[in-house]
Amino acid sequence: MRGLSQRLRPLPSSDSLPPAMDVAPSPMPETPPATEKEAELSATRVVAGTGETREVDAKSRVSPEGLLPAGIQLQSRYKILGVIGIGGMGAVYKAQDLRFPGVLRLCAVKEMINTATDPQVRQMVVRNFEREASILATLSHPAVPQVYDYFTEGSRCYLVEEFVSGKDLEARLAEAEGFFPENQVVDWAVQLCEVLSYLHNHKPRPIIFRDLKPSNIMLDDHSRIRLVDFGIAKLFQSGEKGTMIGTEGYSPPEQYRGIAEPRVDIYALGATLHHLLSKQDPRLEPPFSFHERPIHRTNPTVSRELVEAIDKALEYDVNKRWGSAEEFKRALAAGMPAKAGGTQGEPLTFDSNVVKPVWKFACEDEIRGSVTVTGETVFVPSYDHNVYALDRESGKFKWKYPTGAGVASKPWVSEEMVIFGSIDKVVYAVDVKTGRLLWTMPTQGRIYSSPYGELGHIFIGSDDRQIYAIHQLSGRRVWTYAADGEIRSRPLVSENLILFACQMGMVYALSLNRELRWRFRARRGFLASPVMQNGLVFIGSLDTNFYAVDARSGWAAWKFRTGGGIVSTATVWKNIVYFGSVDGFIYALDAGEGRVVWRYQTDNQITGAASVYGDNLYIGGVDGVLYCFDALSGAVRWRYQTDGPITGAPEIDEGIVYIGSADHCVYAFPA
Amino acid sequence: MAGLKAWWRDKFGKSAQQEQPPGAAVDRGEKAEVASEVSPASGATAVSPPAAELPQSWKTSGVFAIGWATDVGRVRGHNEDALLVVSSEQEANNAAPAFGLFMLADGMGGHQSGEAASSLALRVAGSQLLSQVYMPLISGLARGGDQPSLTDIVREAISQANRAVTRDLPGSGSTLTCGMILEDRLFIGHVGDSRAYLLRMGQPPRQLTKDHSLVNRLMEMGQLTEDEAAVHPQRNVLYRAIGQGGALEIDVMTYMLTPGDRLLLCSDGLWGLVEEAEIWRLIQQAATPQQACAQLVEAANAAGGNDNITVVLTEFWPKSQ
Repeated sequence: MRGLSQRLRPLPSSDSLPPAMDVAPSPMPETPPATEKEAELSATRVVAGTGETREVDAKSRVSPEGLLPAGIQLQSRYKILGVIGIGGMGAVYKAQDLRFPGVLRLCAVKEMINTATDPQVRQMVVRNFEREASILATLSHPAVPQVYDYFTEGSRCYLVEEFVSGKDLEARLAEAEGFFPENQVVDWAVQLCEVLSYLHNHKPRPIIFRDLKPSNIMLDDHSRIRLVDFGIAKLFQSGEKGTMIGTEGYSPPEQYRGIAEPRVDIYALGATLHHLLSKQDPRLEPPFSFHERPIHRTNPTVSRELVEAIDKALEYDVNKRWGSAEEFKRALAAGMPAKAGGTQGEPLTFDSNVVKPVWKFACEDEIRGSVTVTGETVFVPSYDHNVYALDRESGKFKWKYPTGAGVASKPWVSEEMVIFGSIDKVVYAVDVKTGRLLWTMPTQGRIYSSPYGELGHIFIGSDDRQIYAIHQLSGRRVWTYAADGEIRSRPLVSENLILFACQMGMVYALSLNRELRWRFRARRGFLASPVMQNGLVFIGSLDTNFYAVDARSGWAAWKFRTGGGIVSTATVWKNIVYFGSVDGFIYALDAGEGRVVWRYQTDNQITGAASVYGDNLYIGGVDGVLYCFDALSGAVRWRYQTDGPITGAPEIDEGIVYIGSADHCVYAFPA
Repeated sequence: MAGLKAWWRDKFGKSAQQEQPPGAAVDRGEKAEVASEVSPASGATAVSPPAAELPQSWKTSGVFAIGWATDVGRVRGHNEDALLVVSSEQEANNAAPAFGLFMLADGMGGHQSGEAASSLALRVAGSQLLSQVYMPLISGLARGGDQPSLTDIVREAISQANRAVTRDLPGSGSTLTCGMILEDRLFIGHVGDSRAYLLRMGQPPRQLTKDHSLVNRLMEMGQLTEDEAAVHPQRNVLYRAIGQGGALEIDVMTYMLTPGDRLLLCSDGLWGLVEEAEIWRLIQQAATPQQACAQLVEAANAAGGNDNITVVLTEFWPKSQ
């Protein structure tokens, strides 16, 4: 509906013609502070929603009773036939001009109600109205409806214009099933540039339309663009301020500072085109958020050239926009890309060969677990049944300890002991320096779980579905706790809770005296280990969800669904939680809300955990690549291709990243 | 519990009621020493604010010390603000976590529809949260991954309020800011320009919510200064509010609380009129949260009271594990 648009206008300014006129310099007679205050006090909250525009206050003022009934004559000349629309300042009527008898000459009669109470202000409003109407009457452009007449009756001012039959673009948008064809939108855009160019080059002063938007653009019966609703109604708008929902949506930031110049209209045209192409109503989005909502997100078919031309019109900085409507038109017509200022996608500057390992050591079978570094030694678990001790500086072999089967976890080192479980069902503790066996502790199942040490005890799970608490110095089993399924990830002791997860999809939280505090059930099993930060337990499940569980209540504070199962254990850094998914993505989520900060798609599954060093994030993929990202932005800093999948987590110490690969090798890189 | 109270006193020294002459500086020095010993165990940051601004604890026997106030102000004909306060604490073996729900709504729309909108928004969202969170919590139902997460529940409760207001009260709207507490975890759900602040000892007060207002957006873009925004004719234009219908985007965040944290919810009738520094000063000097709320309302009225004023203020003492 046209005419329903007089709401939430940007500040009137004094340097454009019809819309605002030269109101400011004219003797602002006694707009006493009292009046302004009164206006503010009467502030009523007003709502404006989707396409339909609701304006509570205006509706109450221009109540149905206030509308002119059909049949009534104005000036003994204009016979009201019906209402076309209702706006904040009055109604727009369809009327018949009786001066031309015998034919049906139609016109649009636009009514504006003068609500000013101060007699001098009222007079000034009328004077400005008449001056503005006179200027509009001199315009001559096919896209500008002809003004025939104007007059004032009591508190109502009327403008009589050419009647444009057709539909406005807002109505067309609402009707359209899919997207408008690109060439149609470009055709409209070119026509709009032409009429803006005409207005902006008006002499003696440019005319700024100031309120370009789909509902002010009519498409007549010949598919020609007609600009309707010149902002004359703004003159009647003083004091129309209150808390409202919904913003204008199409106006540039500087217009809210009272600036009106040609490039204001360029922005509004860009905003209108963005809406027409993307079908995202800017009044329902945060103001000035066009760049955050690229057209391609909803409508990928639009050409890159057009998107760039529109983006340039939508620059916040007025000096980066197209300088004139003609310039914008040339870009649109030529389908040419925006020149200078448009940033191209950054080329990939990293190179697989830029980063070279400091050293590399080959085991006899795959490395599926994670290495641990302490002191001078790197401990490497291998599927060749051994745990290796390597010199951290040179990667030289120190000793190895053979178990009865593969070792697929991450060794725990403390008190000069290396502790690890083996698929041979046994937990081993060996001396850090010599590799001599200190104790063993057998379980009933294969061990894929990594040990966790706290309070003088080692906690470790087994495929026998039990979690074991082992006295670290003696190797004595202190207690066990039966879970519902195999425990294949690392337990965690944090904030007076013992946390562990099992293959049956359950996370357990025990108090230190082994009382069950809560259980949290996922739809499928857990292979990832729990991580705790700020009272939230972070863990991903094979059910494809990543959970943030409140440590106190055992309720999910938030969850995030990925496209595949999650095996990767989370890493938390600066309130961002990082993990990978079998869907191939590395995710960086806001730890408090679960909102995506960034994500990166790799060529294969991500099952290992990430590590942060400085502001670099390191993570390996099943594609065999060790990635180094800018942890905050997700930009790739470098990558290194190994010859086998990486399923363990990088270990970083004193500027060196250590990582094992299924290509049997452990690598040391400068971080 | 008495220990906590003593810890607070040690940490912050005398209360406002124990006002002493400047000669008592020695005494203060001693207390500061105690504080540095005690604070590491509490896990709280140990930066003490200047002595003149030492707050006193409002701790009672429970987890929550609550105050609230709402006032029509000095200009408006009726109060379109609304608030809802619910708190539950349980002492029992394997007790449910303490639960608190603090909500504030600032309605808009002529002809009393503003009041109706804020009231409806609170009732819809509040009843949702109580039935989806509080009832299962108190009945001890197990939770799992196939149920909506707490942030999803908060988001959905506010969405339902939006749908209800859009459907039943077209043409009106409301802000809605809610703080839901499960023992020591705070969930904030927010739409509009009411605000939630977290006051943590030793740290500057932190605004947890972002105003969904045009002027705030212009300030973020550097197009307006704070002073310009304060007098901008469109400073009351919101781009998100309950009642706008459609797919309303709702801000939901969670925070970990530490003992003694204070949560302030307020409508723009307070923050638009009273300087933040003055707000903190009044809160710190008050003997009870109720007194603080009354004084905040008084301050807003003294500054003109040109809008409805609503404040909800709570101090938290979650139980240690």
